[in-house]
Amino acid sequence: MDTKGKTIPVLTVISVVVVIWYACVVWMNAPFEYDKAERAGTEIGFSQLVSNTMNQERPVLPAAHQIADEMYKTIVLKKITSKRSLVYHGWITLSATLLGFAIGTVLGILLAVGIVHNQAMDKSVMPWVIASQTIPILAIAPMIIVVLNAIGLSGLLPKALISTYLSFFPVVVGMVKGLRSPDRAQLDLMHTYSASTAQTFWKLRWPSSMPYLFTSLKIAIAISLVGAIVGELPTGAVAGLGARLLAGSYYGQTIQIWSALFTAAILAAALVMIVGFAHSYVLKRMGQKPEGATT
Amino acid sequence: MSQDVVSANDLSLTFQTDDGPVHALSGVDLSVGKGEFVSFIGPSGCGKTTFLRVIADLEKPTGGEIRVNGVDPETARKARAYGYVFQAASLYPWRTIERNVGLPLEIMGYSADETRQRIARTLELVNLTGFEKKYPWQLSGGMQQRASIARALAFDADLLLMDEPFGALDEIVRDHLNEQLLKLWDKTNKTICFVTHSIPEAVYLSTKIVVMSPRPGRVTDIIESTLPKQRPLEIRESDEFLKIAHRVREGLRAGHSYDE
Repeated sequence: MDTKGKTIPVLTVISVVVVIWYACVVWMNAPFEYDKAERAGTEIGFSQLVSNTMNQERPVLPAAHQIADEMYKTIVLKKITSKRSLVYHGWITLSATLLGFAIGTVLGILLAVGIVHNQAMDKSVMPWVIASQTIPILAIAPMIIVVLNAIGLSGLLPKALISTYLSFFPVVVGMVKGLRSPDRAQLDLMHTYSASTAQTFWKLRWPSSMPYLFTSLKIAIAISLVGAIVGELPTGAVAGLGARLLAGSYYGQTIQIWSALFTAAILAAALVMIVGFAHSYVLKRMGQKPEGATT
Repeated sequence: MSQDVVSANDLSLTFQTDDGPVHALSGVDLSVGKGEFVSFIGPSGCGKTTFLRVIADLEKPTGGEIRVNGVDPETARKARAYGYVFQAASLYPWRTIERNVGLPLEIMGYSADETRQRIARTLELVNLTGFEKKYPWQLSGGMQQRASIARALAFDADLLLMDEPFGALDEIVRDHLNEQLLKLWDKTNKTICFVTHSIPEAVYLSTKIVVMSPRPGRVTDIIESTLPKQRPLEIRESDEFLKIAHRVREGLRAGHSYDE
């Protein structure tokens, strides 16, 4: 990957974001300081105001360094078995994410295979697949948890199934397109060999679909994480990044909310990157033409 | 009479489209004998590719009869009677050249040993020895098309169906491949049906030239070539060659109404 010439633009963007952020911190947290000063009957100077707004205990908008500090404390310093460790909560969410992603991927691929090979499925399943995504996940998540609880399933699997509910969709859509991507001549060729459907699948459709699969997987892993977090929100979960978000908002712990958010974002970025590496590795193994190469 | 490899009797094929029926083939009578090199030439829409696809059982005729090796095209296809070379090389980009050539052998269940031998033999036949491990994108267009010919030759089909295989290549490469194809035909004794747009290509390669014309797709002339089997490239300047080319051109003109 080309990283040359990217450093300066990236750093510029980041510094602009940081500047705007801190400006907003002062602006949004200032009313609280003014109120405090008024109650104490004192005046507050500008430099005092600025330094105070950046170090409130429950700011409207926490400053970057407060979040960094909180994340350092809860990720690095806390033992990972502690209920206050973000590594502990992150792992709870991550395990549900990965399980849900795995089930969603398998389910998505199986549905796509069915849709591509069976006309009845093509006509009947796809509308349901699309309809499933129009239902707000927040509405359906508690029901999934409750129903599964009633049949004795609790813990990891119900949350994972909410991830599955979101993540199978891009996989179905991508794989239907991918499995149909071979052109007429490539399919005719198989026909002239009198190849079986299974042979056509494994030797042509499956390899053709790989770029589509990995593009879908990148979306699927990111929304699997969203699904796992959302699965923790309405269900009174006590552990996981979603539970941290919820607890933070109950007690007005904005710093805690923001550190959970950032942890989730970093986790999502890492997961998408891992899928991206798998993507380039597989395509390289399949002899893909390197970028910029000429014959 | 020796058995014909392909024989068509009043063959017709009509596609039903939204704009009404299209008569791709109409009343085609034709036979291709063993070891012949037959070219099909004509303007776009004359049904030459459709005819090839009917032989290959890629299209079903709507009227008349066609026999391939004495049986119907589907039986012939299932008996792996022919190798088909498409207009584009249609190599699978994730397979190396040797694995592309080995694809039909894999599907037909040849042993690993046999597969290896056949790949080596056919790649040598098309002068691609040494390129086994390359991916298609690493080869030029002409080499890719040669690899696709090797793929069609890898299993024991006596009939080779070629649909404008050199249409997308420049003339220098095309001349070279034409010469190689004649040598290959001479060496392997295959029967070849060859679709082309080019009059010199048709005359140079064929023992029989089938001139076709569109709307409806039909055969307007069948020319038995009088050229000898050994054909150096220079033969294209001989009077004999020019005479045949002239007759092809006449046939094309007669079958085509230009006022459309």
